[in-house]
Formats: sequence, C-alpha cells, structure tokens
Amino acid sequence: MQYQLDARGKQCPIPVVETKKILAQMTAGDTVTVAVDNPIAVQNLLKMAGQKHLPAESRTISPTHYEVVLALSEESLASPAPEAPAACIPAARSSGTVVVLSSDEMGGGDSVLGKALMKAFVYALTEQDSLPATILLYNGGARLSVEGAATLADLKLLESQGVEILTCGTCLNHYGLTDQLAVGSVTNMYAIAEKLMQAGKVIRP
Amino acid sequence: MNEQPIVFCKGGGCTAKLGPGALAHVLDKLPPFSDPNLLVGFDHSDDAAVYKLTDDIAMVQTLDFFPPMVEDPYLFGQIAAANALSDIYAMGGTVKTALNIVCFPEQMDLNILGRILQGGAEKVREAGGVLAGGHSIADSDVKYGLSVTGILHPDKVLQNNACQPGDALLLTKPLGVGIVCTASRVGEASAEALDAAIQSMTTLNKYASEALAPFGVHACTDVTGFGLLGHLNEMLGGRCGALLHWEALPRIPQALDYADEFLLTAAAQRNRNHLEGKVVFEGAPFAVEELLFDPQTSGGLLVSLPAEQANEALAAIQALGLPCGLIGQVTAEEPGMIRVVR
Repeated sequence: MQYQLDARGKQCPIPVVETKKILAQMTAGDTVTVAVDNPIAVQNLLKMAGQKHLPAESRTISPTHYEVVLALSEESLASPAPEAPAACIPAARSSGTVVVLSSDEMGGGDSVLGKALMKAFVYALTEQDSLPATILLYNGGARLSVEGAATLADLKLLESQGVEILTCGTCLNHYGLTDQLAVGSVTNMYAIAEKLMQAGKVIRP
Repeated sequence: MNEQPIVFCKGGGCTAKLGPGALAHVLDKLPPFSDPNLLVGFDHSDDAAVYKLTDDIAMVQTLDFFPPMVEDPYLFGQIAAANALSDIYAMGGTVKTALNIVCFPEQMDLNILGRILQGGAEKVREAGGVLAGGHSIADSDVKYGLSVTGILHPDKVLQNNACQPGDALLLTKPLGVGIVCTASRVGEASAEALDAAIQSMTTLNKYASEALAPFGVHACTDVTGFGLLGHLNEMLGGRCGALLHWEALPRIPQALDYADEFLLTAAAQRNRNHLEGKVVFEGAPFAVEELLFDPQTSGGLLVSLPAEQANEALAAIQALGLPCGLIGQVTAEEPGMIRVVR
C-alpha cells in the first residue's frame, strides 16, 4: 500500500511524529510519501529513516515543497524495532480507539455509585481483547491517574500493555494534583484535540 | 475548548533562533565599527557587548527574546528573563537594569501578558536588577524577553573564546531541555522530565557565576540556541581542539529516550549542519549526538578553567543542586575539532 502525508506548514517534529504513526500501520512492501516545506524537515525524516534502517529517498519539487519516500522492507522489519515496549502485544491494541474519562464518576446520579462504576469500568477495560490506543483524562478524570486513586493499578496495567495514558496538565494543576500524577504522562489541549481529531473511535463512558 | 495555551506555545525558546550559518552570512556584510572603548562587539560572537566607561567600570549589554516554549505564561516569563539575564553572567558581570521586550496579539487575553511580565519581573528582582521600562508591539505571536544592562570591571571580562590547552571544561546545567520541550509540545514528555527542564531553565546563572568567581576561569559562555557543540566550537575559536566525554554529560535522562523517538527540532538539525566536519563521534549513541546539538533555552554556563581547579569548581557548582559535570578537556591538537569519546 502507498500512504501519503502532507506535512507542509508543520514545524519539526510534527512531520516526523506523523510519519511515525503511519509507519506503525505499514507492512512490508508499503511506502509512505511525506510532503514537507523545508529542507531541514527532509533531513530530520532521512535521519529517522537511517536510524530505523528504512530505505528512503527525497526529491525537491519546489523551494517550498519537498517529498520524502520511506519504504518498509522485509529487512527493515527484521532489524530491531525501536518501538519495542509497545510491540509486545501490538494486535491487542485497537488502533485509533480513544477512551475519554472526563469525570471520576461514570454516569450521573449517585456520586458514590458513580465512582464505583468508574473503577469497575477501568478494570473491565483491562479485560478486553482489544485495548484502546489512548486513554485521555481531563477535568474530574484527572483524579483517576494520581497517587491513591482506586483506578491507578488498572491504568498502570493498561499502560504496561502499550496503552497511552494522557492526563490534562491544566486539570491536574487546577485540582492541585500536579505532583501526584502516578501513571502515563501530562498532556495539553493541543495534543488532546489532535488525539480526538485523529481517533477512529471515541469512547466516553 | 477556548483555552489560550493552544496558540500560546508553538515551539519556541532558543529552538526558534536563526541558524548560525544564516546569521554569520548576514553579519559578515555589516560595516565594522571601531571604538577603543568597545571591548567586546559582535565581531567576537560573544554573549554580550562590553563597553568601557571608565578605567574601573565597563557596561555590558545584551538582549534576548523568543516565543513561548512552555504552556504556562508565568513560567515562560521566568524562563525568558533567566535566559536574557544569563548573557550578563556569562561575561562575568552584575545585572543593573532591564527593559521588557514584548510582542503580543491584540485579541489575546491580557491576563496572559500580565503573567508573563510578572514571571520576568520576579527574575529581574532575583538577579538584583531594576526593571526600568520596556516596549511592546502587537504581533501575531507571543514573544517576550529583556534588554539587560550590567556592569563589570574592564580587566575582568570573561571572554567566550580565551580557553587554553589543558583546561578542563565544566558545564553547570543539564542538557536536553530543547528535546524535552519539543516532546512536551507533542504530548510525549513525562511530568518529571518537563519539571526537570523547567527547574533548569528558570534557574539564574547568577549562582553559578558567583560560585565560580574565586576560580581562575579562562573562558565562559552560556549554552543556548547553538547547542553545546555550537557554543564549544565558538569557545575553541579554531585555536584549540576539545575532547568531550559523552558519559559525563549532565542531562535530563528522559531527553535521550525522546531523541530516540525522533522528537527533534529543526534548530538541532541546523546546528548539526553548521558543524559538519568539525565534530567526530567515537561510538556515541544517536541520542547523545542529538543531545549535543540540542538547542538549549536558558542553558548553563560552559566554563574553561585550569585542570587543577576543576574538582573544586565542580564541587562548588554541585552544591547549587542542578545536574552538572566536568565534560572534557581543551587540547592543543586538532585545532577547531571536537572529538566526542566515551
């Protein structure tokens, strides 16, 4: 399959980050053609290709339009994959599914029940055959990924299986929990918007 | 979803600097000025300009401003100010006055500007200086910094290129803040890594400068947009070579992981291009190469001093609390070359 990515108008490292996402979907024989608007971005893409042992070539179409073609060959698949941590059970992660936890309660009604349901939901997620690619936690959801949260152990388990756990930094700060984040990493609205826009499926319990 | 930081931080700090090659090309064409009292001008590629006023007092001037590299406006103000003030310390001076330089979009919340200026003002106060005014422009993107004036004794100017063969090289802050901020911008930096970067960037080089005052420092510069190798290259001035020990580099540990994920800036690649043929890597991993080219915002002081004073100076800097280290030696062999070894 031949993939296309137009990363013109995007600053480094965005072209490389988006190319990596496409590479993760590719199989041997596939290529991706990335359009960028400056020669430095070409060099950064070729640098990544070199490190990942991917055959790559670039061409200049105009002074503000360059193309880099990266191929995924049998040999490059055989060399050690840099994304080793996520690769242990790649098939179990459903690509593009994003779970949004925007509260520490599931559903509206009784607050004690809501918290118990949320804990049960996160546990149930760990038991699914197909895991989400990303879990976004914002607003009240930020309370789920911090020290002492009832959901912490299950979120850690999900993270160890390659699920990306991202908690909104502004929200942690708002609730005074910035120092207590205990799983995954902090994110910002730019990244949250991008994750949601690029999601194949968004699950909001 | 109308959160301002979405447009606030687009990847700034010293990663936004014009490349060293492009800059030299333009500066070379300016007419040279000559004045016997101008002790350090921009023909030196030094950190700040130094002008002798009397036999006892020279004025040291610098300015620095850039777009936000973190989401929090208050922290951005602190970082931009610490970065601008740093050039005074790199020359061995004392901060006296500072003026705000501001670009700010008309439609953006003015409270954000207030937070930026508050962060900056606090750093000027911490530096012992006086914030004396400023200038602001309506612009499409946020930019902030300071014009700073300090003083020093004309005989005690710390030039950036007076290193001597046999000197030890000391770096007073960890490398990797550019990579960590870049990773943070795409949501891939951990909270610990970002905290470490912010702590480093908001720390004034005042303390390192004061701690090093008792030692016989030959050359000093602050590590900023051109990365450690770029600034070391200027320090060597084509007269000396250098050996760097990559395992000894103080660094934010996660920066190496993010470099392995190719979360790299355009500025780092420009730095790499600029130094082509001037650096030899002997067995250093890819991520370490990137760390050495990584543009630093409000980076540490890179100091060249007699080897026999190195351990004592290191202990004085270690007492300040940030990761730091003796990273290599100045050599007489291979002038202009930097050799990176284990």
